[in-house]
Amino acid sequence: MINGITNTVGSLIIRFLSFVGGVTYLAQEMWSHLWRRPFYPALIVEQMYQIGVRSLSLVSATAFSTGAVMALQFGFGLERFGGKYYVPKVVALSLVRELGPVFTSLMLAGRIGAGITAEIGSMNVTQQIDAIRALGTSPIKKIVIPRVLGCLIVLPLLTVIANFIGILASLFICQAELGLDPLFFYQKVVYTVVLTDFVVGVAKTLFFAAFISLVGCYYGMRTVGGTQGVGIATTKSVVTSSILIVTSDFALTKLFWIFEKWTQ
Amino acid sequence: MDAIKVENFKKRFGAKIVHRDINLSVAQGQCVGLIGGSGSGKSVILRSLIGLEKADEGRIMIEGEDITHYNERELIPLRKKVAYVFQGGALFDSMSVEANLAYPLIEHTSLSPRHIHEKIKKTLSNFGLQGSEKIMPAALSGGMQKRVGLARAIIMEPKIILYDEPTAGLDPFNTRKIQEKILELKKGGVTSILVTHDMPTAFAVCDRMILIVDGHIVAEGTRTQLENQKGSIMEKFITGEAY
Repeated sequence: MINGITNTVGSLIIRFLSFVGGVTYLAQEMWSHLWRRPFYPALIVEQMYQIGVRSLSLVSATAFSTGAVMALQFGFGLERFGGKYYVPKVVALSLVRELGPVFTSLMLAGRIGAGITAEIGSMNVTQQIDAIRALGTSPIKKIVIPRVLGCLIVLPLLTVIANFIGILASLFICQAELGLDPLFFYQKVVYTVVLTDFVVGVAKTLFFAAFISLVGCYYGMRTVGGTQGVGIATTKSVVTSSILIVTSDFALTKLFWIFEKWTQ
Repeated sequence: MDAIKVENFKKRFGAKIVHRDINLSVAQGQCVGLIGGSGSGKSVILRSLIGLEKADEGRIMIEGEDITHYNERELIPLRKKVAYVFQGGALFDSMSVEANLAYPLIEHTSLSPRHIHEKIKKTLSNFGLQGSEKIMPAALSGGMQKRVGLARAIIMEPKIILYDEPTAGLDPFNTRKIQEKILELKKGGVTSILVTHDMPTAFAVCDRMILIVDGHIVAEGTRTQLENQKGSIMEKFITGEAY
């Protein structure tokens, strides 16, 4: 019984350390390849299109729904205490600092993280990654760098768009359901949300983008066992990057909060 | 000087020892067949010759250059002169046939797009694949995929070619086409190693054959030598009595 528990815990620790080591090694490899020729800007632009433009509808729908629901919930909740005039402030701050970055990243972890792992995993099991190496080129340069850089560039931009759409959705709801004047809403948002709130939210997405893309590439590169292996790797990738986003969010929020206090 | 030389090669994956002590050499312009049962590690040797696997112990020399401990960057010049033909073709499925063949030329030469296009057209024509430039790999038959894979491997005019089961699963027509191409390349002075289970192809193209069993070389020789060894392990392997 005790042996069984020890073995399970031991195996979990080894798997965790192996994952951390593997992702760190991949990040270090990427960093060292990043500055060496040849460069492939066209591949980065292609990934920006794949990650950014093709995720726009998903991100917009999520942001619109989040903004609308938050305006409704806060509106009905605060109205009981006569606080419905605080809805624009509360919703805008929550969206810009927290929900916009996190929900956008979670959506991308599902769409892009899964896509990256499935694509690289399929290439791996059909020896296409080996072919890239055998033809004298680097899979890190051809596969990993474009996806990681694409994600790092596009996720913050998508978050800015998501924040805007979310606030716009809450404006519609505040006017239609709570009877707030759009100009009043606008003034409260502009007065409340300062540049630091915006920067903190967007800065978090750089970490989330790195988690999504590196974890996606890591599991893709390690895929074995044919199509079943691709499925398993894809699931692992989405689950791991989602957990990383949610758990690191607290640490990042606290870190940025300390940083803000320190700079004031 | 041998084009390929492997000395005391040892390789293991986890607890499984794949190769215990492999020694082999291939002279310039020679074609050597590596044969053995499934899972005997023939492809592992082939992959190690181009740095896709690392030897645990021993030495791998390509044209007198010790590549055993080369990193990915140091292996790039080697991979320009040593081509690897993958079992399934390993074509990039997001690229057309033309883009697959253009890949090494774009990466390693300064040829203009027009010259690249002309070279691809000529190579495809040599392989009986004219007109297939714009086709995606998924739309090709297995035999055509293998031929495109071979065409991509030789387009850089390598000095050494490593074939990993180039005729596996092919019909007699495509098998003959591949055999003819291997013989043509051999006549042109290309050194090669052929991993195969297809004994007629091995006999047709190889100067020498090496049988691997349990991580050891157990028999080696030319076709004539092998035919004269009645009752030997090689004869038993060929006739299917042993593996």
